[in-house]
Amino acid sequence: MKRRPHDVLPSVAAHSVLLLGALVMLLPFVWMLVTSIRPPHEIFEGSLLPWPQEFYGWGHYEAALLNVPLIRFMVNGVLICSGILIVQILVAVPAAYALAKLHFFGKDALWIGTLAALSVPIQVTALPIYIALATAGWLNTYFAIMLPFFLSVFAIFLLRQAFKTFPDEIIHAARLDGMGEFEIIWRIVLPSYQSTLTAFCIFSVVAHWNDLYWPMIVISETKLAPPPLGMMFFANAESGSDYGALMAGATLLTMPLVLIFLVTRKHFIEGLTMSGK
Amino acid sequence: MLALRTSTRQSLAGLLLSLPSGALLVSLYVAPMLCLLLLAFTNYEMGNVDIEWIGFSNFSRVLNDVVFKRSLWNTLLYVLIVVPLSVGGGMFIALLIHARRRTRSFYEVVYFLPVTSTLIAMATVWQFLLHPKLGPINSMLSWVGMSSQNFLGDPTLMIATLAGIGVWQLIGFNMILFLTGLSNIPKELYEAAAIDGVNHPVDRFFSVTLPMLGPTTLFVLVTSTITGFKVFDTVAVLTQGRNQSEVLLYDIYLEGFTYSNMGYASVLTLIFLLIIVGLSAWQSMHMDKKVHYG
Repeated sequence: MKRRPHDVLPSVAAHSVLLLGALVMLLPFVWMLVTSIRPPHEIFEGSLLPWPQEFYGWGHYEAALLNVPLIRFMVNGVLICSGILIVQILVAVPAAYALAKLHFFGKDALWIGTLAALSVPIQVTALPIYIALATAGWLNTYFAIMLPFFLSVFAIFLLRQAFKTFPDEIIHAARLDGMGEFEIIWRIVLPSYQSTLTAFCIFSVVAHWNDLYWPMIVISETKLAPPPLGMMFFANAESGSDYGALMAGATLLTMPLVLIFLVTRKHFIEGLTMSGK
Repeated sequence: MLALRTSTRQSLAGLLLSLPSGALLVSLYVAPMLCLLLLAFTNYEMGNVDIEWIGFSNFSRVLNDVVFKRSLWNTLLYVLIVVPLSVGGGMFIALLIHARRRTRSFYEVVYFLPVTSTLIAMATVWQFLLHPKLGPINSMLSWVGMSSQNFLGDPTLMIATLAGIGVWQLIGFNMILFLTGLSNIPKELYEAAAIDGVNHPVDRFFSVTLPMLGPTTLFVLVTSTITGFKVFDTVAVLTQGRNQSEVLLYDIYLEGFTYSNMGYASVLTLIFLLIIVGLSAWQSMHMDKKVHYG
C-alpha cells in the first residue's frame, strides 16, 4: 500500500491515541512489577517514579513465598484445571459426536437441554449443588471444586457444530472396516478438529484458573485454594500493610497465564473470544 | 433388514455415548434448577432440620429489602457505565488498530493483556494504585493540584471505580470481537462506496462500516451487559460490599452462603437468572449466532 502524504497525519494521531490507551492498560502490570522489586521505604513514600531508585532484590518474593503457600495455590490450580478439562473432554466429545452424526432416542431433548444450559451460569446452580455437597460432607475437597464443571455444555455445542461438517462417507467407510463408534470418534473424527479442541482447552483452563465465585463457596481451607482464592486469603491476611509482598504474590500468580498467552497468542485469543464468555 | 440393524445399532451407540452428558445435565442443571424453584417457597436454612412451606413470603420480602434494591441499583449503574465505555471504546480501538499493519499485533497483545490476567490478583494491584496515601493515582492527582480521593471508600465513587476496573478488563475482549467483525467486511463494499462518492473516512464509517458491524455490535452489547450483571470478583476483593457498594451477585452470595438464608437467596437467584436468560433470549431472537464462530 502506498502511503500518501495526507495519510501520515491520521496515522500519527491514531498512534498517539493507541499508545496513550496502551499506557493505561499496562499501568497496573508495570506498577505491580516495579513495586515488587522496590524497597519498602520507597513504597511508603508513595514514589511516582516508574522504576525503583534502589533495587530491592527478590526480598518481596521471598517474603511472599514464605508467608503464603503460593506454590501450593498454583499446584492446586493446575490439578483442578486439568481434572476439570480431562472430564469435560471425555464427557463432551462422545455426546457431541452422537448429536452430530447419530439418530437416537432422546437426541432432541439432550440438544435442547444443552442449548438452554448454555445461558445458565454457575451462580444460578451454585446454591443447590452446594447444599448437596455439604449434606454429603464433601466440602473442602478438590472434587467439590471440580464437580459443577464436569459437564461443559459449551464444549458439546462447539464440538457438535464442528463435527456436523465431518464427511459422512468417511464414517461409513470406517464402519465397513469394522471400526466401532468409539474408535471412530477418538481416532478419526476428533483429530480433524485439533484447533477447535485447542481453543476450547484454553477457554476452559483460563475460566477455571481465574474462577473465584465457586471456590469461595466450597473451599475454606487455605491449602486447597486455587490461585484467585489464595490471593484473596493473602490480601485479607496482609490487609494492605505489605504491598511489596502482595505485588510479588500477584506477579507470581498472574505469570503462568500471561506467559501462556504471550507464547500461544493466536490460539489464546481464539479460545477466549469464541465464547463471548 | 440390514438398514434396520444399522439404525438399531446407531440408536444404541447414540444413547451410550450421550449417557454421561445426559446424566450430568440432569444432575448439574435440571435437578438444581428444580430445587431452586422449590427452595424459593420455603424458609430453608443450612443446618436447620425444619423446612416450612411459606408460599410467596420470600417473594414479598424482596419488595421491602433495602439491601437488595440497592444492590440491584448499583449493578444497573455498573452496567450503565461499563457497557457503553467498553463497547464504544472497544470499537474505537479496533477501528484504529485495524488500519495498522506492522504494529497491529503489538497493540492487540497490550489491549488483550488484562483479559488474560487473573482478575483477583490485578484487583489487589488496583487497590494499591488507588490507595489514598501510597497510590500513584492519588499522587498524580495531588501533583496536578487536585485533592486526593478515597476511590474505594467513598460511597459516591465506589461503583464508578469498580466500573472503571471493569472497563479496563473488558475493553480488549470487545476489541478482538470488533476486529473479527471488521475483517469480515468485504473490501468491495468500500470500493462501491467510493464509486458512489463516499470518500471521507467519517462518511465511510457511517455508510459502510457501522451497518456491517451491526450483528457484531449487538453481540458485543449483549455479552458485555451479561458480564456486567455478573460483577463479583472485584467487589469481593476491593469493597466487600461495605459503604453500600453491594452488587447483585454479592448480595446473593451473602444471603445464601454467609447468612445461610437458602430460601430467600433462591428467590434472589431466580431474579438474577431471569435477567441473564432474558438477555440471552433477546440476543438469540435478534441474531444469527454463527456469525461469531467463524
